[in-house]
Amino acid sequence: MSILVGRGSKVLVQGITGRDGSFHAKQMKEYGTKVVAGVTPGKGGTDVGGIPVFDSVEEAVARTRADVSVIYVPAPLAQDAIYEAVDAEVPLVVCITEGLPARDMVEVASYLKGRSTRLIGPNCPGLISPGQCKVGIMPGFIHAPGRIGLVSRSGTLTYEVVWQLTRAGMGQSTCIGIGGDPIVGTRFVDTLALFEADESTDAIVLIGEIGGTDEEDAAALIEKHVTKPVVAFIAGQTAPPGKRMGHAGAIVSGGAGTAQEKMARFERAGVPVAKVPSEIPGLIAAALRKKRPARLKLVSRAKAAGSKKKTTVSRAAKAKTAKSKARPKAKARPKAKARPTGKTRPKRAGRR
Amino acid sequence: MNLHEYQGKEIFRAAGIAVPPGEVAKTADEAVAIAGRLGYPAVVKAQVLIGGRGKAGGVKVVKTPEEMAREAGRILGMDVRGHTVHKVLITPSAEIAQEFYAGVVLDRKTETPLLMVSPAGGIDIEEVAHSTPDKILRLHLDSRGLPDYRAREAARFLDPRWDVQKQLARVLVRLARVYRDRDCSLAEINPLVVTKKGEVWALDAKVVIDDNALDRHPDLAELRDLGAEDPGEVEARERGLSYVRLDGTIGCVVNGAGLAMATMDLIQYHGGKPANFLDIGGSSNPDKVTAAMNILTRDSRVRAVLFNIFGGITRCDDVARGLLTALDRIGTKTPIVIRLTGTNEKEARDLLSARGMTALSDMDEAVRAVIVRAAEAA
Repeated sequence: MSILVGRGSKVLVQGITGRDGSFHAKQMKEYGTKVVAGVTPGKGGTDVGGIPVFDSVEEAVARTRADVSVIYVPAPLAQDAIYEAVDAEVPLVVCITEGLPARDMVEVASYLKGRSTRLIGPNCPGLISPGQCKVGIMPGFIHAPGRIGLVSRSGTLTYEVVWQLTRAGMGQSTCIGIGGDPIVGTRFVDTLALFEADESTDAIVLIGEIGGTDEEDAAALIEKHVTKPVVAFIAGQTAPPGKRMGHAGAIVSGGAGTAQEKMARFERAGVPVAKVPSEIPGLIAAALRKKRPARLKLVSRAKAAGSKKKTTVSRAAKAKTAKSKARPKAKARPKAKARPTGKTRPKRAGRR
Repeated sequence: MNLHEYQGKEIFRAAGIAVPPGEVAKTADEAVAIAGRLGYPAVVKAQVLIGGRGKAGGVKVVKTPEEMAREAGRILGMDVRGHTVHKVLITPSAEIAQEFYAGVVLDRKTETPLLMVSPAGGIDIEEVAHSTPDKILRLHLDSRGLPDYRAREAARFLDPRWDVQKQLARVLVRLARVYRDRDCSLAEINPLVVTKKGEVWALDAKVVIDDNALDRHPDLAELRDLGAEDPGEVEARERGLSYVRLDGTIGCVVNGAGLAMATMDLIQYHGGKPANFLDIGGSSNPDKVTAAMNILTRDSRVRAVLFNIFGGITRCDDVARGLLTALDRIGTKTPIVIRLTGTNEKEARDLLSARGMTALSDMDEAVRAVIVRAAEAA
């Protein structure tokens, strides 16, 4: 199990005949992803490494039943590519393309309201459920299947953290890069809700950066609705105000969006904040040690009996089982706001 | 891309927003000649791509040609928070009765443009938001832009007189249109004034264009003032690198923006000071690596350089080749610490060790090493 993409996902590649599209289509296929189709207008009927190419997303979906589309087209064409996938009712659209004008995304965000498609990105590395399905540009080999969920606004920093987790023996359920732009299709709060509902995820790593208030929103959501341990890291503590740090969305403006504010907000929510990336695996291990005894006892009595650790059922764990019984099945797009849970879990003790 | 006030005013004027006459001078003599045409009292305003010029003494009202020569001469060449003034805008002084604020920004939370107006004009809107938040009216804009009736609502918030409201509403509708049509990240008038005669004028203009949209606005792309920007940042942009100059002594070359920020933070965490943010992107093009080394080694404050490369799609051996080519071309003596991990790491190590260089694989270890090298070089 995993979130958003898994073994059964059928992926189509928009812009498959381009340099990036063809390279990554082959890489994804090599990883084991079911890449069923490509789309490049005017190139229908050809193929890329054995992947059939169609003239339109609609045709590709009709012929192959693709349920994920990944977009590698150049920035000036990306808005249209997103619209095409949304209108073909592809449930999950992942836009890798960097450099979309903000106005294009304002229009996309407005168009997506009330529609069933979930967009990830733009300006993102994509997402991967290790061992099952890779949709994007991340190197597959650094990942390992496991039970840590990871969500990040960055690309290579994500790889860095994933690699440290993997080497520490902590595999991942799903790793999602949500993108570095000011407006993205899927935010931290959306993915936290999905990880919280996912039976195959035990703990969550959140990698934020300067700019905007998505991290603050995430902290507020975690306080109220997330029972699984979360560890955060925020990049850009040394970034000067008013300067854009590579990502279009990474800018401290009007004194707002600083790393310090975001870190303080997470700590107030009881979320341990790693000072440096290499602290993350240790913090995750510590958080899991705190949670695990109760979990084991409740989930699997036999395993808990074999465990040497003391098992105590915390109030949080009790609340969690009560809740998980009552919780309806996750919807296609569970919006954090719409979650029906009214219970607040007891706050975890702060790290210091 | 930030525009100068005079450039922003040109855009406003073209959109039908009332802007006072004004011309740009590069010397005191030019300033005196312009004021002779426009009349006294006149205002000299420093044109720099950073806020805070008023507090720095970069804006002055003058009454005579002698005063103009003196003040323009003083302001030209002065420093405003690290930016040298190369141009001044000369404009007639207005008889101001009231000062308002009007601005459109992107609200990331609602994913829409946001119009903000305030009767407390002439000061930083962040300050107003902090001290008297009820003095700001916020209107989120949808695909219709700003309909007239909402513009009138905003105008009523600013002034009770219908004559003035009509003019204000017209300005706000046009400001919202400029924001959208010109792909702005910010379109701000502060102050938006009512004169003693009851006329509405945009006395200042702060316009920031979305860098990602410059391709579809070639006329705006031409407005870039290379002389007013950091030369390193200009060169980096031309070479397809993302570079921001900082105050420290340790240069860094990193692939990826997030990792580049985390590298800067880690340098500070271990007691060093980063000299820059530099993202070479996913490419391992030797030309990019050479350009990066050129920018960093030309910066005399840089005592040591750290390469931090996480090989994913970027192959470590390509970056190593780029670095060796760069070193052959520019032959720097600046100490270099290399951290490589990921795709083709071993090939990269072999290439480097053939030239007597070693690469570390741990990020913390590399950062500690470069801090030591920088201290030795100091």
